[in-house]
Amino acid sequence: MPFVTPEFLPALPEILLAVMACLVLLVDLYFGRRHPSWVFLLAQASLVLCALLCIALYPEEPTTTFNGTFRSDGMSAVLKVFMILVTYFVLFYSKFYLDVRDLFKGEYFVLSLFAVLGMMILVSAASLLTLYLGLELMALCLYALVALNRESSMASEAAMKYFVLGALASGTLLYGMSLLYGVTGSLELDRIREYQSVGGEIDIILVLGLVFIVVGVAFKLGAAPFHMWVPDVYEGAPTSVTLFVGTAPKIAAFGMLMRLLVDGLAGVQGDWIEMLTILSVLSMAVGNIIAIAQTNLKRMLAYSTIAHVGFLLLGIIAGTRAGYAASMFYVIVYALMGLGAFGMIIVLGSKGFESDRLDDFRGLNERSPWLAFLVLVLMLSMAGVPPFVGFWAKWSVLREVVAADQVWLATVAVVLAVIGLFYYLRVVRLVYFEEGQEAAPLVCGTDVKVMISTNALAILALGVYPSALLALCVTALG
Amino acid sequence: MPELPLLSLLIWLPIAGACWVLIAGERGGAARSIAFAVALVTLLVSIPLYTGFETDTHEMQFEEYATWIDAYRIHYHLGVDGISLPLILLTTFTTVLVVLAGWDVITRRQAQYMAALLFQEGFMIGAFASLDSILFYVFWEAQLIPMFIIIGVWGGPRRIYATIKFFLYTFLGSVLMLVALLYLYREAGSFAILDLHHLRLGLTPQILVFIAFLLAFAVKVPMWPVHTWLPDAHVEAPTGGSVILAAIMLKLGGYGFLRFSLPIAPDASSELDWLLIALSLIAVVYIGFVAIVQPDMKKLIAYSSVAHMGFATLGFFLVFRLLDAGDVQGAMLGVQGGMIQMISHGFISGALFLCVGVMYDRLHSREIGDYGGVVNTMPVFAAFMMLFALANSGLPGTSGFVGEFLVILSSFKANFWIAFLAATTLVLGAAYSLWMYKRVIYGPVANEGVASLSDLNRREFAILGALAIAVLVFGIWPAPLLDLMEPTVRHLVEHVGQSKLGPGL
Repeated sequence: MPFVTPEFLPALPEILLAVMACLVLLVDLYFGRRHPSWVFLLAQASLVLCALLCIALYPEEPTTTFNGTFRSDGMSAVLKVFMILVTYFVLFYSKFYLDVRDLFKGEYFVLSLFAVLGMMILVSAASLLTLYLGLELMALCLYALVALNRESSMASEAAMKYFVLGALASGTLLYGMSLLYGVTGSLELDRIREYQSVGGEIDIILVLGLVFIVVGVAFKLGAAPFHMWVPDVYEGAPTSVTLFVGTAPKIAAFGMLMRLLVDGLAGVQGDWIEMLTILSVLSMAVGNIIAIAQTNLKRMLAYSTIAHVGFLLLGIIAGTRAGYAASMFYVIVYALMGLGAFGMIIVLGSKGFESDRLDDFRGLNERSPWLAFLVLVLMLSMAGVPPFVGFWAKWSVLREVVAADQVWLATVAVVLAVIGLFYYLRVVRLVYFEEGQEAAPLVCGTDVKVMISTNALAILALGVYPSALLALCVTALG
Repeated sequence: MPELPLLSLLIWLPIAGACWVLIAGERGGAARSIAFAVALVTLLVSIPLYTGFETDTHEMQFEEYATWIDAYRIHYHLGVDGISLPLILLTTFTTVLVVLAGWDVITRRQAQYMAALLFQEGFMIGAFASLDSILFYVFWEAQLIPMFIIIGVWGGPRRIYATIKFFLYTFLGSVLMLVALLYLYREAGSFAILDLHHLRLGLTPQILVFIAFLLAFAVKVPMWPVHTWLPDAHVEAPTGGSVILAAIMLKLGGYGFLRFSLPIAPDASSELDWLLIALSLIAVVYIGFVAIVQPDMKKLIAYSSVAHMGFATLGFFLVFRLLDAGDVQGAMLGVQGGMIQMISHGFISGALFLCVGVMYDRLHSREIGDYGGVVNTMPVFAAFMMLFALANSGLPGTSGFVGEFLVILSSFKANFWIAFLAATTLVLGAAYSLWMYKRVIYGPVANEGVASLSDLNRREFAILGALAIAVLVFGIWPAPLLDLMEPTVRHLVEHVGQSKLGPGL
């Protein structure tokens, strides 16, 4: 077989980011001690550049390159831009967090950039091999990030749990992939899909492979009953890492799910819809109910993430293009809200004070009415109360579920959302209705405040006018 | 005359004003002046809405239409008819009084309080004026937030319990309504409320949709047995919050019945009207008895609210029995009576809560047992409260009489026993209102606290005076209000009289 030079253009953002990440590593090596902020600035610049490139290269038509292993289409482009945007915010918050606690290390930014690279490859995967490559690149960077603070035993424990369970999930996923390969004889998602449409009768082995794949993805997404790692990792990791783990990788995981199930396994849609329905209902129930019992905000938000994943799956369960678009909207919105919520914990913290217990939010309205208002926006948006964008996220997936004739599922979802409302309201209650015991001074600078304000106001603005983002998701999925 | 987007102005002016108040902040007491100015301007803006309203058509007026969310066909569609207009006017009127009522009383974080009131006003007007069901839903839910804050921050000792209960209860009801709206969209391909009115649906889906709406609106009204959040919320809320809650927010439930339940699911409404009538009568009779024994004035008025709102729902759901008997006039009488009852209850309950507020500000107690002989120290106040207590018990010549009378009249045409039970309110209402009045106002001066009371100041006098005028005017001359509603109510009654069961369903 003659060697054909692949088309590099669709993968230019990834190539750029890989180069930049290496450059950041070098800069850290030579200038890291004298000019620590260079690393940060360069990392941020790389992200901006990469995002611009993604936008500039927005593919009109889906293109596949590198011998059918890499695909660039509307979905991947939009997801990439938002992952980068979210990471940009994350690094901003992280710098503040690390500065205050003397944890600032160049590796942090290098690892983050490589993680983003992994996510970008993941959502652009057109073959099982690329998919796995992206997934592992992302996951390994995240394990290291969680363990970044070596002094903290909690962080080490979290990293260990994350690693072991993550490896288990990867193994499951690989096993599923090997079954798919065994049945279809190809690693390319397109070939795998064609096999199902031609074959007529669906192989039982294929469905078995599907089961393993769904389990693997559910692990990565943190859907119940594969959610055990989520609360521990969220609580144990340094907040800035929690912020990262809880946001951008969720978007990537959504991309992965779409690639595997919709691109690759459309022929067994009926089967995976059933599996996802179980995962979704369980996640919403477990997440929303157990979150009520939490006293640590990071842990509470971890359970809330599980519930959100359940909601996110609803759109995919609808099994239509519009449903996928709704889920995509949901995951992007969720990333924005998670960013704000964990960002708020960082903003309120200071050296030796993590501000991650619920009680730390007591009486915030007296200390800073503006930040208190932002907490209100973030929490109620997560709960899905209009006029914040979280409502539209829930609304759009519910709409698709109802359109797919599963009114019962929508009813279950909204009732569980009401249960979820309780613990979000509790945070608002602490902020507004309770007297603060200690007046811990706020140490955050203007820049971080501007960041969190932009973040929360974006949630409000998108809530008032969600049209553009919704339309973007719909067109991205064609 | 150039067309001003009056409805948009009415919605966004208070919201913008609220932001202004927040920015102005707590310093120097500017917040309350700004808030008052904004509320007053909003009231003035709502006047051309009334004068320009044509009373000979049921069509929506002052319509505004713009695309909001294109991908999902949601529109920013506003308009008013004879049902929503009075409620909007009630909102703008009440908000001015409520801002005044909080003038000196709210001392802690006054700017936030005033801003919350204005946000609340904007959202409520938005809900009344929306002609797109999703737009309606957004406003409907959004207004929970300011009220949640109002009760939670400025409320009484058990405020947190009360406010969370309030939020969760109403939210639970409304999310099911959301599912119903999404279902209707699937069937009709539109979120426009008027399109939904023309949607043909089978009986089973109609009943399910009706139940979903019922949960949302029954919680809001509130109807027995989902009324339990109301006494808690009222007792703990600051005076202003109670007034908004009683005078306007509860009306959203009744409005919902007229705008959604009846026209969208007429066959289900007809099928289940016995249930609604029964629940309304339980509210009137049983809750009436419950009100009598309350030791807390606010709780008493809260229960009396439940009873009075039971009248409104009774009036609405008598329609089918009367239509079956071929009595269109009687059916209209019931709906109009219910509407008048809602408006009048807005004035009366608002006024009574303000009266309790006046006393509470002085003695910091709402217990009936802590008062007695107030007339000796506060004669002017006693006169006002006398009027409102009598209006609450349905004295002819006050607005409280008109609504109750119309509803009882129409229920007589429907069924004697319904009318009999409904009419017990005249006894029960008098019992709980006047007995409370007697214990609080008359008798010897009960204690030193009462002895030290000072009569109404000018601000309080103005507030109660305005309400007293409203109660009397609508009591003596309700014709303008009835004329305003007539075409809309006639159209509604004719609309619900036609079965919407599709062919072959």
